[in-house]
Amino acid sequence: MTEKLQSAFKKLTGKGKLSESDVKEAMRDVRMALLEADVNYTVVKEFVNKVTEKAIGQGVLESLTPGQQVIKIVNEQLIELMGSSQSKIKWASAPPTVIMMVGLQGSGKTTTSAKLAGYLAKQGKNPLLVACDIYRPAAVKQLQIVGQKVNIPVFSLEGASPVAISQQALEYAKKHSNDVVILDTAGRLHIDDEMMQELENIKLSVHPDEILLVVDAMTGQDAVNVAKNFNERLAIDGVVLTKLDGDTRGGAALSVKAVTGKPIKFVGMGEKLDDLEPFHPDRIASRILGMGDVLTLIEKAQAAVDEKKAMELENKLRNQQFTLEDFLDQLHEIKKMGPLSQIMDMLPGINAKKMGKIQVDDKELGRIEAIINSMTKQERREPAIINGSRRRRIAKGSGTTIQEVNRLLKQFEETKRLMRQFTSMEKSGRRGMLKLPF
Amino acid sequence: MGIFDKLKSGLAKTRDNFSSRVNGLINSSKVIDEEFYDQLEELLILADVGAKAAESIINDIRKQVKQQKLRAPEQVRALLKDELERVLSKNAASKDMDLYPRIILVVGVNGVGKTTTIGKLAYKFKQDGRKVLLAAADTFRAAATEQLEIWSQRAGVDIVKHEEGSDPAAVVFDAIQSAKAKKADVIICDTAGRLHNKKNLMEELKKVNRVVEREYPEAYKEVLLVLDATTGQNAISQARVFKEAVDINSIALTKLDGTAKGGVVIAIADELSVPVKYIGVGEGIDDLQDFEPKNFVSALLQG
Repeated sequence: MTEKLQSAFKKLTGKGKLSESDVKEAMRDVRMALLEADVNYTVVKEFVNKVTEKAIGQGVLESLTPGQQVIKIVNEQLIELMGSSQSKIKWASAPPTVIMMVGLQGSGKTTTSAKLAGYLAKQGKNPLLVACDIYRPAAVKQLQIVGQKVNIPVFSLEGASPVAISQQALEYAKKHSNDVVILDTAGRLHIDDEMMQELENIKLSVHPDEILLVVDAMTGQDAVNVAKNFNERLAIDGVVLTKLDGDTRGGAALSVKAVTGKPIKFVGMGEKLDDLEPFHPDRIASRILGMGDVLTLIEKAQAAVDEKKAMELENKLRNQQFTLEDFLDQLHEIKKMGPLSQIMDMLPGINAKKMGKIQVDDKELGRIEAIINSMTKQERREPAIINGSRRRRIAKGSGTTIQEVNRLLKQFEETKRLMRQFTSMEKSGRRGMLKLPF
Repeated sequence: MGIFDKLKSGLAKTRDNFSSRVNGLINSSKVIDEEFYDQLEELLILADVGAKAAESIINDIRKQVKQQKLRAPEQVRALLKDELERVLSKNAASKDMDLYPRIILVVGVNGVGKTTTIGKLAYKFKQDGRKVLLAAADTFRAAATEQLEIWSQRAGVDIVKHEEGSDPAAVVFDAIQSAKAKKADVIICDTAGRLHNKKNLMEELKKVNRVVEREYPEAYKEVLLVLDATTGQNAISQARVFKEAVDINSIALTKLDGTAKGGVVIAIADELSVPVKYIGVGEGIDDLQDFEPKNFVSALLQG
């Protein structure tokens, strides 16, 4: 597996320094990738210029082609630009800490408020949710329901203005020893002066310690206008990026960071109320570039694989001595890299749609391991000797069925056959990806 | 304020908009050169038309300019307008206005404004003298049914609802039976917002669709995809996947009263041939309009 990856990313052709044309050529692709990911045009332009300047003349790493080297620099710059992971809330010196959630309609404020409350409760805080959206039909009800689901009290006040509600909620929190108050405000357009004024009024009256702008990860070019306006009027402290569990590439993250300079603190990854995660700049960077977490994967593979073992394996492959023992070793290597589903996610070109058919199951790996462990050494080296009664014994010993043992043996033969093809392909100069036996 | 004015004001709220930039570009350019094309492309991309679609539009304009031997940047304005109109009208909404009974399945990802659009749509049909029934088939999101209920009151139409967490297909089934009994002209079904890459949720939607086909074959079936104008290129992916799952045949573009241009519908029209039918330009109950490619482009270009 790692062998294949390395070979796929390793074209030992590029050496020396990056020329201007290397960089320019790669940058064309980068520009397109960023624009297709909805990074704002102006942000892209600036970014591309900056990176071009930086990349020209840099040494090319042995293992990468010039094009890949540029992508690597781009990736590093993206990560740098997006800042480090800072999923921290600024706590008030005297509780309660007031967190105000703001954003456009439909960006996911209410859900995020509840998620954040649940997240903080897990850290031992005692949050209070406040329903300040008095406009959208049933918004208060929605917050009450999600609040109930995460077991957080919800403060609401019928007929009052959002400012009055916030103020009274603060009083309520002090009385009931809630140390965090989360204000769920109504969604509004950033150019709706009256509604923006309302947010300013809330800010003035309760002095939030933290104003979080909730941004839909699918937002397009307009993300800059939205972020800029909210930031100018409210001086936000951070951003929550929602709906990242979709297939959007999330270029909005970069746009928002570029125009506000404020950190992205959390990301929303799903509809379940515990799906709030800290922000990982590296993940979003390669997602924007549309290359999966390729770089992470390379790093992970490099760290996980014992180089020497890899060499041994390669030799065995070439000499057709690949046995079930090696197969087991290989499985261990893969397991070191993390859950399979995660690894698959990180591969470029694999999208959820295609993945629908291939259900990767870590348990399956465990079963394969158990089956091989139930074989004798001799059986592992010479699977041909495994007859009916041996199969029964192995199935019994590993807590599986004879069918599963049969399947594994068949898959192993298949893998061997594929590897033969692979090695002969390599000889003829073509490189291909192997199929894993699951 | 007439429909056109409202759209114009909806689309032209910032000084920084597409049209004034196009005008600025045309006025400040003396010749049609590479820089001019680059800047025009930039404007299209900034309106969320997408890098690919923008490139193809610019290439077409380039060809026209060459063929017609145009020199003045001013002449490009008409070309651009024609080109955008052509793409948008390519598969203009069919004139299905008088096909009744009809059932409209409203689908889309989370937070695009499905429920609000349904409220406005219900009002629109009611104004036209149609008997409308709403089906609260978003049984997933907290308080979605309550939200739709409030809209049903505002629009003065009936609603069929179940408990939160119940089977959406069952709600639609009941709504169909009820519509038959009450002789309603239009059923509008709210569905839960779902990200298009969530397989199970898309399967659920297919099931609802099957119920409609089985129980109400005599009705004209419309599957309306609601898109948020603020959405970028992901809208193409949304449209594509929803089309595969439930064969959407029209689009409603919401939140056009912000600074977002919704240019992605141009890319969608170009790539997927699903027509835009409605646009939402405000929060009022009457802020849903029929989409007119001509007006949309004019509003985009004139400011």
